[in-house]
Amino acid sequence: MNILVCVKHVPDTEAAVKIAADGKSIQTQDVNFVLNPYDEYAVEEALRLREARGGEVTLLSAGPEEAKKSLRTGLAMGADKAVHLVCAHRHDTLTLARALAAAAGQIPFDLILCGKQAVDDDEAQLGVMLAEALSLPSVSAIVKLEVLDGKAVARREVESGLEVVETSLPAVFTAQKGLNDPRYPSLKGIMMAKQKKIEEIACAQSDSQVEILDLAYPKSRSGGKIVGQGAAAVPELVRLLHEEAKVL
Amino acid sequence: MPIPDLYRLDELFTEEQRLIQRTVRDFVDEKILPGVRQWNRDAVFPVELIPEMAALGLLGATIQGWGCAGVDYVAYGLIAQELERGDSGFRSFVSVQNGLSMYPLLAFGSEEQKDRWLPPMARGEVVGCFALTEPDFGSDPGGLITQARRTAGGWVLNGVKRWSTNATIADLAVIWAKDEAGVIRGFLVEKGTPGMTAPEITGKLSLRVSVSSEVHLDDCHIPAENALPGAVGLKTALMCLNQARYSIAWGAVGAALACFEEAVEYAQTRIQFDRPIAGFQLVQAKLARMWTEITNARLLVLRLGQMMDQGKAHHAAVSMAKRYNVQTALETARTCRDLLGASGIVDDYHVFRHMANLESVYTYEGTHDIHTLILGQELTGLAAYA
Ligand SMILES: Cc1cc2nc3c(=O)[nH]c(=O)nc-3n(C[C@H](O)[C@H](O)[C@H](O)COP(=O)(O)OP(=O)(O)OC[C@H]3O[C@@H](n4cnc5c(N)ncnc54)[C@H](O)[C@@H]3O)c2cc1C
Repeated sequence: MNILVCVKHVPDTEAAVKIAADGKSIQTQDVNFVLNPYDEYAVEEALRLREARGGEVTLLSAGPEEAKKSLRTGLAMGADKAVHLVCAHRHDTLTLARALAAAAGQIPFDLILCGKQAVDDDEAQLGVMLAEALSLPSVSAIVKLEVLDGKAVARREVESGLEVVETSLPAVFTAQKGLNDPRYPSLKGIMMAKQKKIEEIACAQSDSQVEILDLAYPKSRSGGKIVGQGAAAVPELVRLLHEEAKVL
Repeated sequence: MPIPDLYRLDELFTEEQRLIQRTVRDFVDEKILPGVRQWNRDAVFPVELIPEMAALGLLGATIQGWGCAGVDYVAYGLIAQELERGDSGFRSFVSVQNGLSMYPLLAFGSEEQKDRWLPPMARGEVVGCFALTEPDFGSDPGGLITQARRTAGGWVLNGVKRWSTNATIADLAVIWAKDEAGVIRGFLVEKGTPGMTAPEITGKLSLRVSVSSEVHLDDCHIPAENALPGAVGLKTALMCLNQARYSIAWGAVGAALACFEEAVEYAQTRIQFDRPIAGFQLVQAKLARMWTEITNARLLVLRLGQMMDQGKAHHAAVSMAKRYNVQTALETARTCRDLLGASGIVDDYHVFRHMANLESVYTYEGTHDIHTLILGQELTGLAAYA
């Protein structure tokens, strides 16, 4: 079973993100980038499927030169191959999904795994758009995946419950937290990943259809308000929560 | 919040070294830090984590072959640093397995011994220990009195060892004893060999997440093939210590960083006299000093690691780093404990545990003062031990 995993190189969630001078992008200097945490679940699931059923795990990432670092992380976890779609600048997700679909066309796969979303722009669109571009079914935010002959059964979390979905293969699945417990890249894996070659394909340049106009920081929080003490303060608290905070 | 990397030390490491560091850091965050307070209270080393450390490739990390990862010494240093950010007990476990058990096999063992023991040691199935120190011979190991006498089929060992890390849980002990001619030699004694027992030392107030033991050898017969052919002379034992001291020098940085990060955060949030204590000059003086000292310590071991990788590290250079870095870490831990006030004495915070651990680290593998004397001798040509 050959599995394709799409991964993204994103700022570490611990990093303090600053807006760059142009007001439309973030400062990448001095920010530590990592393999997108949801993609780690996707890689882990692919490795487990390969361990159970044989085949190969290929990683695919679109992004600048540095994206190779996340590909190396995935290789160090145990993926067999990595393909880097070299894109110098940012694309909107649909354009990117089409570019990845074109690249995926050159790689044999029985199923595709992605993270549910990238933690940088949080769009949660790529996996589904990729499926559409490839005319494949997709199941998003899965927490369990069972592969049978020519089909798969996935569980996904829905509002206060679980949904069990069966789909034919090939299909695209996006991984939700809880799908598995991703392994750490072992020292041996890291040393071996160093030897593996990352295949490069040029990204066909097309204009982004979406442009970021402006980035802004969230409003800094102002201090709390003490309404009063004891039971006597409750009616006023309820009124404020209802009328001012509008949460009730 | 991680402290800023003012000297951009991160840029001095390769991509692989940083990835290895990150792997160990994540392991420590997820597997060690959540449990360490309880293990410390209970004075237990969680043996269930041994297979996990092995799966990561931490055991025998620098060895090429025998199923080991074969990383460079700088990467190994970062492993030690991250482990000791968790607790000195874990770094001690790895230092003993790698530097004091696998290294003597690699350096002084026969091909059969290496093939037999190194692979299961890398897999964590065989835990090693190293017994040089005796009740009456600590800083002066050359005086040791454990005896090795030749027999028809091998050797018989008699004596008492003390302070052997891991001995109670070990499957293979590297025992140092004197032959009839008074020459110190290294021997392998397998767990369960009649005549060897390894009771645990209890009541420790330091390095509680680590097993420390006595080793009693009472007419303990071992076959001839269990002598390490190359381990002849005190110098060979000291070569093993050099390996372990290297990892200790890096590990101390990790303990210091753990205390420092905790203290910086505490100082920024603890309000006294209507302002965070971090806003007082006396507190800032302490922070500035510690930050500088830790940076020094990190640069020292990085250079030492590069020399280790080039095979150019003088043993006195290792002594300098062990001495300076452990002293720095211990002083940092004490100052951080002070900055946390009363909170610093409870185990809700990590500082006190690190501070107590570092008391052992200051003493073992050559006390601080013994390393002072090694440096003194190197510099002046005059030995001042006796
Ligand atoms: C937790 C722990 C784990 C250990 N693990 C191991 C292990 O795995 N294997 C092993 O073999 N050993 C191990 N040791 C032993 C350790 O290496 C010794 O404790 C150390 O070498 C010091 O010996 P000592 O404790 O007998 O102190 P001593 O040698 O008695 O020293 C006491 C004091 O006298 C000072 N002193 C001694 N000689 C001189 C001198 N010539 N000039 C000036 N000052 C001097 C010392 O610096 C120290 O301050 C461990 C120790 C501890 C605490």
